[in-house]
Amino acid sequence: MRRIGEPVLIADRISLAFGGIVALSEVSIAIRRSEILAIIGPNGAGKTSMLNVINGFYHPHAGSITWKGVTRRRMRPYEAAAQGIARTFQNVALFKGMTTLDNIMTGRLLRMRRNFLWQAVYVGPAEREELAHRAHVERIIDFLEIEAIRKTPVGRLPYGMQKRVELARALAMEPELLLLDEPMAGMNVEEKEDMCRFILDVNDEFGTTIALIEHDMGVVMDISDRVIVLDYGRKIADGPPGEVRTSPDVIAAYLGEEAAPHSPTARVPSSSRNARSAGRGPG
Amino acid sequence: MDFFVIEVLIGGLLTGVLYALVALGFVLIFKASAVFNFAQGSMCLFAALALVRLMEIMPAPLALICAAAIMIVLAFAIERLVLRPLVNQEAIILFMATIGITFFLDGFGQSLFGSEVYTLDLGIPKDPLLLFEGLIPRGILVNEFDLWTAVAAGLLVAVLAVFFQRTRIGRALRAVADDHQAALSVGIPLRQIWVIVWSVAGLVALVAGIIWGSKLGVQFSIALVALKALPVLMLGGLTSVPGAIVGGLIVGAGEKLSEVFLGPFLGGGIENWFAYVLALVFLLVRPQGLFGERIIERV
Repeated sequence: MRRIGEPVLIADRISLAFGGIVALSEVSIAIRRSEILAIIGPNGAGKTSMLNVINGFYHPHAGSITWKGVTRRRMRPYEAAAQGIARTFQNVALFKGMTTLDNIMTGRLLRMRRNFLWQAVYVGPAEREELAHRAHVERIIDFLEIEAIRKTPVGRLPYGMQKRVELARALAMEPELLLLDEPMAGMNVEEKEDMCRFILDVNDEFGTTIALIEHDMGVVMDISDRVIVLDYGRKIADGPPGEVRTSPDVIAAYLGEEAAPHSPTARVPSSSRNARSAGRGPG
Repeated sequence: MDFFVIEVLIGGLLTGVLYALVALGFVLIFKASAVFNFAQGSMCLFAALALVRLMEIMPAPLALICAAAIMIVLAFAIERLVLRPLVNQEAIILFMATIGITFFLDGFGQSLFGSEVYTLDLGIPKDPLLLFEGLIPRGILVNEFDLWTAVAAGLLVAVLAVFFQRTRIGRALRAVADDHQAALSVGIPLRQIWVIVWSVAGLVALVAGIIWGSKLGVQFSIALVALKALPVLMLGGLTSVPGAIVGGLIVGAGEKLSEVFLGPFLGGGIENWFAYVLALVFLLVRPQGLFGERIIERV
């Protein structure tokens, strides 16, 4: 059973610029234990930059990151991975020439302890270790229902399946914090439903904390416990989905300044009504 | 006459092992960065030059250790100065960078160590040797030097093959070659992997440089021996360690056999181009080589 707890990751007043372009300016984000946090915002708002800062791909120019009680100026990708932060990418980053199984096994690399001499001879402890990791990976494969493509090179899979393999690889790391960058982009309704179910199940069964970026408002409103809205590198809203949806700043960011909050046409579409139109809007 | 075939075959295989060794240097780097390392030949030359000049001022074993250390330092420098700023770039960009490294190593090596032809004597006699005299009438004639170097190279190739095939580093290597970003996200230490791979490639270059250097003399043409590795790679596949070994053996044996048995009909000199023609045929029929990864394209 999951219970949303105290913040596990605090990104405090993060600023990041590429040359003259400001990607993030003094954005503070707290991610609480076991919650599903959605980060939304128009294109170029700095959502992906934020994830990149959290797992160490980008080094912020100002601000600090606190993860598991340790505060630092910046994360490093290796350190993030070793300390339980896993992620997926907007435009699927898989090892295309490798099979689904091998891709997922790479998620176990950091957990393999036997040194390479043992592995070279592949007897005793090394063999047992490899088998234990295989067993774990098979459980993930069952969980995500991808048994059929176990031996298929991922380069040959359809896009929706690749996204699922990418999630499997992230799960193989047994992460405490899972960062998902547009996990449902380019999927059809059925695939989206599956993906939502997996995300909710992971969160529910393992209590994994999840931060995701998503453009489909229907999905965001349905599955997230809390929503953070970024616009031009600034945080403009932070709260439960219902509250964020009616915030005048958010409506202005999505629909433009003229669409005054009082205007009847200015409502962000509600979840039940249309995922598709909203998906395009902020997209 | 029958045993003459075997003699030629053995001679060819022994040379083949040396080709395999040079090809292996390419394969290692290709596996870890999907980059064809144009500088491999120059690394052989650089390593051999360093060793020869160091041997003038210190005993051989110490010079060998120092030369190995130089190659490792070089690996660190390449990672820091060339690869790190190019993370996440296209493979073709990294390939261009290795061309740059080639020119740098050629120039720097020769201005530092001099550009004369140096002799490198390993103290192994280069006399012909008769084997299996008891078993076969007249025995089999083998060059003793070739035999020893083939044994050394074979040993090195075997160790490397096991190291990269069976350990977790093997899987990590393939991951790094495929996608830098994804590799980082699962916690593969990209920089360490690169340093390891370039160091190993540097050491392989050192061994290849020593062997070829003592055969041909340490001079600029060693850098060109690397060209012989190209057909080997076409045959074996750029991504396969066993492929490099088998490819090397096929090329070595093939060129000697064709020289001896086809030479008289075609006017000789086949040895020089046989490997390239074989590679060309392979490119037409099986572009990924014997053991290379299938080229996957989703349309």
